[in-house]
Amino acid sequence: MNMQFDVEFLLGHMNYWLFVVLMMTGLYIVVARGNLLKKIVGLNIFQAAVFMLYISMGKISGGTAPIATGNPDEIYSNPLPHVLILTAIVVGIATTSLGLALIVRINESYGTIEEDEILELDRIKSDEEIEKLKTEASNSK
Amino acid sequence: MMSSVLSHSPILVVLLPLLAGPLCMLFGNRTIAYFVSILASLCSFLLSVYLLSLVSDGTVLSYHLGGWAPPLGIEYRVDAANALVLVIVSVISILTLPYARKSIEGEIAEKHHTLFYACFMMCFTGLMGVTITGDAFNVFVFLEVSSLSTYVLVALGAEKDRRALSAAYDYLILGTIGATFFVIGLGLIYMATGTLNMVDLAERITSLENNRTVRSGFAFIVVGMGVKVAIFPLHRWLPGAYTYAPSAISAFLAATATKVAIYVVMRFIFLVFSTKFGFEKDTLTFIFFPLAIVAMFAASFTAVYQVNLKRLLAFSSVAQIGYMLLGISLFTVTGLSAAMVHLFNHALTKGALFFAIGAIIYRIGSPMLPNMAGLGRKMPWTSAAIVIGGLSLIGVPGTVGFVSKWVLLKAALEQNYWLVSLAIVLSSLISIVYVWKIIEQLYLQPAKSDDAITEAPLSLLIPTWILILGSVWFGVNAEFTVQVSTTAAESLFHGKFLEPATIMGLEGRP
Repeated sequence: MNMQFDVEFLLGHMNYWLFVVLMMTGLYIVVARGNLLKKIVGLNIFQAAVFMLYISMGKISGGTAPIATGNPDEIYSNPLPHVLILTAIVVGIATTSLGLALIVRINESYGTIEEDEILELDRIKSDEEIEKLKTEASNSK
Repeated sequence: MMSSVLSHSPILVVLLPLLAGPLCMLFGNRTIAYFVSILASLCSFLLSVYLLSLVSDGTVLSYHLGGWAPPLGIEYRVDAANALVLVIVSVISILTLPYARKSIEGEIAEKHHTLFYACFMMCFTGLMGVTITGDAFNVFVFLEVSSLSTYVLVALGAEKDRRALSAAYDYLILGTIGATFFVIGLGLIYMATGTLNMVDLAERITSLENNRTVRSGFAFIVVGMGVKVAIFPLHRWLPGAYTYAPSAISAFLAATATKVAIYVVMRFIFLVFSTKFGFEKDTLTFIFFPLAIVAMFAASFTAVYQVNLKRLLAFSSVAQIGYMLLGISLFTVTGLSAAMVHLFNHALTKGALFFAIGAIIYRIGSPMLPNMAGLGRKMPWTSAAIVIGGLSLIGVPGTVGFVSKWVLLKAALEQNYWLVSLAIVLSSLISIVYVWKIIEQLYLQPAKSDDAITEAPLSLLIPTWILILGSVWFGVNAEFTVQVSTTAAESLFHGKFLEPATIMGLEGRP
């Protein structure tokens, strides 16, 4: 394999490198952050990276916006990825707003939006449940 | 008139619930919303049965949206495999709605009931759409339609237990990561082929085995859908979502959502990507196969130690998904038909069990197993349903569970995989342990002193028993299901789905 340092290849695929960096940044934030709000931010970065991937592949160098001008030699970008990504953006907005709404509800009932604290509260609750079952069982005996 | 309506049935099965959702919100009255949803599900069900009757002999139907010919236009394609899944989803929807009308009374505030029906219809729309579409990007859109409404439906359980909120949030994060992985995969294969129509993709992809873009696209798609299927290590969202969702929703999700996702995985593995690809066979043999076996044991063991009955059934679901994956990873027609038959049978069994548990929760208000001591005498019909459902989970002859395990064993032995068949039998033995745990609580423990508990209301019992009777009926008369799923498996395995199809409805635009 040709391992030569190919500047043209590196620069020519700049969009894709940025896509990879953004995608991994987003995914890392989702996994590593304990704050529910920051997780949503990470998710947004992750999705935005995908938008970039799609837009990049529709681009043709020297191409204009895909509007019919009557000139058959006109070079224009592929409009299909743009259309697809419009749908994906709508889905992303819906997901974000639903996630934020859930965070509001979680904050109302738990009083925190830190994942560790929520898990701890959940654990205490399930311990209590089992404790209650045990005392009930011993009472009935 | 009738025939022209029927010729549009592939789009109508999706369109009717899609219209019913907003209509529910517009009427703003829960009784009207309920009847609108029932009507939409019933029509979808009848049309799906009609579609299944058309394709059960192996024909493939193609419906062009707006008459625009594929690959430019969007195409809906129906073969035996997805017609079967359509029927499963719509049957469960019809049974869930009357059940939900009663069961959500105690679980969801009255002002949210209309919203519940609207979300339910959107979820139903998404599942039907994912199943029927022949366009790869359409799969993503419908997947998100169903997932987004599922997150809301799970979160509606917060009225009773606030943990539903964190379960819904976890599901949202993991589900979105899964769906986004799926879109990345689609983007990569679109880059390599320049098309999104499944038939067109399959044609162009055959010459691209060594293309790295196509390979990574495959990886992204399988992992992304793997989250939705809850393949063993990606199943983290499932127990929480099933445990804290309202009872009716647990039953609906357990019976349909993962099944539809498994169907999408099958479709991508066997139809879109060529089965001749070496890397695909390696994925099945070295990744799916061990994960399926691990799921069968690990999830069953976890189920044994659960005190919360809904959580117990959720882990059992993860184990049952393992059986379906095992069928797929055997990479034969018999293996695939085992997966298809188990998909149908497990939908009946798990739906019935979650319905029955929901009926108990409706009466005693708790899903904890020790609280159900001695209910066998107070709620005889519900308890009997749980016993039969449990027997079907184990795979006792006379129930559907036996049929699917039998076909799966046959598929494993066909390849001389003795150890695998041993694993199937051994993991069924573990399910005896957790089913026995339930039966022991229900029948052999002394009842608690409060005598106020009576049999569950009929509107909860009837849907439960319809599914239970179904699981016995199809367990005794297995010819129909085995025959349909063999046709479906052949259609998937030999790529019949891709052959020239009979066009339904409009045509003629270029």
